[in-house]
Formats: sequence, structure tokens, C-alpha cells
Amino acid sequence: MQQIFQFFVKNKNFMVFLLLFLFSVGITIQSHIYHRNKFINSANWVTGGIYSTTSDISGYFGLQTENEHLVEENQYLRSLLFNKSINSVDSIVMDSTKILDHFEFRSASIFKNSYDKSKNYILINGGSEEGVAEDMGVISPKGIVGIIRNTSKNYAVVQSILNSYSQINASLKNSNHFGTLNWDGKDYKTVQLIDIPKQASIQKGDTIITGGMSAIFPKGILIGSIKDYKLDLTGNAYIIDISLFNDMSNLKNIYVIENKQQKEVENLEASIPNE
Amino acid sequence: MKQVSPMNNPIIINSIRFILLVLLQVLLLNHINLFGNLNPLLYILFIIWYPTDNNRILFIFLSFLIGLSIDSFTDSGGVHAAASVFLAYIRPYVLKLSFGSSIEKQSLKLGQTPYPQRFIYLLILILTHHLILFSLEIFSFAHILLLLQKTFYTSIFTFILCVLSISLFRRK
Repeated sequence: MQQIFQFFVKNKNFMVFLLLFLFSVGITIQSHIYHRNKFINSANWVTGGIYSTTSDISGYFGLQTENEHLVEENQYLRSLLFNKSINSVDSIVMDSTKILDHFEFRSASIFKNSYDKSKNYILINGGSEEGVAEDMGVISPKGIVGIIRNTSKNYAVVQSILNSYSQINASLKNSNHFGTLNWDGKDYKTVQLIDIPKQASIQKGDTIITGGMSAIFPKGILIGSIKDYKLDLTGNAYIIDISLFNDMSNLKNIYVIENKQQKEVENLEASIPNE
Repeated sequence: MKQVSPMNNPIIINSIRFILLVLLQVLLLNHINLFGNLNPLLYILFIIWYPTDNNRILFIFLSFLIGLSIDSFTDSGGVHAAASVFLAYIRPYVLKLSFGSSIEKQSLKLGQTPYPQRFIYLLILILTHHLILFSLEIFSFAHILLLLQKTFYTSIFTFILCVLSISLFRRK
């Protein structure tokens, strides 16, 4: 017993090192497995507070371009709105309360964004107090941004689409072939779409949208356009390089999408026995 | 009684250095994105600069803490903490290797060491740190080329900034 004790005293430096090293590797692996980090994340009051203060200051420099973006978006939405009312005069009147019930949008702004790592996370304002919760989708006026992973009272951490663990259902705009969107970690302007069957007719420049197969994003949110494509190793499916519509290095105002029927869909899926 | 200026107290100096380096890293250096995705990791200067004639357990623990602070700012799990703790643990051996075995007795002034030895010391520490960091971050054998590329280029960037900072803040 004493020898064991002496061994520890003699090697106390190594023991402390080993303990702390294993702890850090442990939380790293935990964050790799669950794609979120329960204890060490930037949605706490210290890091969130520092980021929000600096973002308040640096936000002034981009006000003009940000306003231009918002006006552009308003213009687009208005044209959509007025064109719609003309077309739908003679069609069936839909129950608008039902549509409004399905997806709820919350606006938020970005405090911290990164695109230099292979696993990027974004910090936004708006946490559990405003109703933001895990597994909600995040979009910008130009396209898709990511999925909420952690929330605290006032902040939330978003797993960016520029994260090699992100897997998002996406489809071609002009057909219903769908695949999975992920990122190879190389270029922040380009993401990859895999598992699009060989039968799909694709061309460079085609638009890619969200597929609506998951309960996170509604169908039809813009993602990007086809930059390049090739067949994968099996020869049955395409790997498509997509250049994003979003400039992921320059984001400020975003929307968090809540799917009110997410629980229902998940319960339904869980009730099907897995074989 | 001799008045001790606060600038000579190692606890105060290292606390200020700790906070300044973390803030510099997360607020400024993490947004450089040279050539798309290169950011220097200058915060390891804390580990490089830390006094050599000190309590080793405290040193390992503080290195862990600075890594963990960077991790909590960048949502990177525990990769910075792991790499920093490892660096703190191997630093005495790297010191011996690059400056010879007589160095541990006296306090080392990095700004006054000869250039070749200083460069070897810095390069070993930076390369080790970055290799562990990016291996844990990328965490996949399929991306080994990307891993080595990132380690190499980021190390160059960090190395240049470290050399400049050491010369700039040399104490007379």
C-alpha cells in the first residue's frame, strides 16, 4: 500500500498530466460522438457575454451592407406576396392558421462564426428563454446555415453546415431525387451532396434545395448550385460539389425555424419497429 | 523594506498574460483566416513563456486551463486543453533538449537566448501542439493529408508570430 502511495507521490507530475489529458481527450471524444458539448461550449454567460459585447461594437461597421441585404430580402418577399395573391384568387382558399401553425420563425443575429476548422460552430443570441431549442433549423436570407445544438438561457450554439458531422437532407430543385449534404472540411464555399442516384439528370448550375424529409427544415430552402459532379466508388450514385449561395464567412442576421410538428413526426417514426 | 513593483510579481504578470492572450486569440487571431482557413494559435506563448523555475503541477494545471478557455470560446470539445496539457508536460524535456541540461537551475529569459536554440525550442513545441490539436479536431484517418497540411501551414504562421512577439516583448 505504501509503495503504491510512494509511486503516486514520486510521479505526481505525470499523474496530474495524465488525469487532465485524459479528461480533455474524453470531452473531445464525447463531443465527437454526440456532436455537441454539454459542459464546454460558448453558450455560457462569460463567453457569450464577451462575444455579444464585441459583436455589438463590430456590428456597426457592417450596418450598411446588412441593411442592403435586408431590403433585398424584403423586396423578394414582397414580390412573392403580391404575385401570390393574384394567382390564388380562383384557387381554393387555404386555412392560413394551419400553415402558420406549422413553422415558426424567430430572428436572431450571429455573435461568433468560424469557418476555418473541420467542425465549425456558430454562436447566436436567443436561447431557451426565447423558445430556441435543440434540433431547430437555422437559415439566412440567402440559404441554409445549420442546426441548433446547445442552448443556454440567452445564447445558442449552432452546428454549421461547415461541420464534417452535419448531415442534411437535400434534393434537386427540378426533380425529387434526394441525397445527403455534408462537408469535406476543405473549402468554406463548397459543400458536398452524396447519394444522388445515377438516374437523376443533373447539370452544372442546377439549384439544390432542402428536401424536407427531416423534421428540421421545411422543403425548398435554398442551398446552392451544382459546381461539379462525379460518380462515387460504387458507380451508382453521384458526389456533387455545391457552391453555396450563402457566404458563410459573412453572416449576421439569421432565422431560427421551429417545426411545431417535429414531436409528432418523431413519435411516429419512433413507433415503427426497427428491424 | 524594498518596494516590489507589481510588474515584477510573477502571479500578476502571468494572470494578465493569461487573460490578454485568451482575448487576443478568440477575438482577433481566430478571425484572420489567411488563405481561407489559417489562424495562428498565439495563445501557446503562455506555455512557452511561463517561468521555468516554478511548480510543475501548477504549470500543467494552468496550461490545461488556458486550453479549456480557448475550447469554451471556440466550441471545439477539449482539443486545445489536451494539446496544451501535453505541451506543458513535455516542456522541461524540450528545454533540456534545445538549451542543454544546465538551463533548469536558473530562470530562462527566452529573449536573450541564441537564435538557433530558440528556434528549435519553438519549433518542437509548436509542431507538437498543432499536430495533437489537429489530430484530435479532425479525428479521422481519411483526412490525414488535410491534417498534415493544416499542421504544417498553421505551425509556420504561429512560429512567425511567436518569434516576433518574443523579440518585441523582450525584457531588458
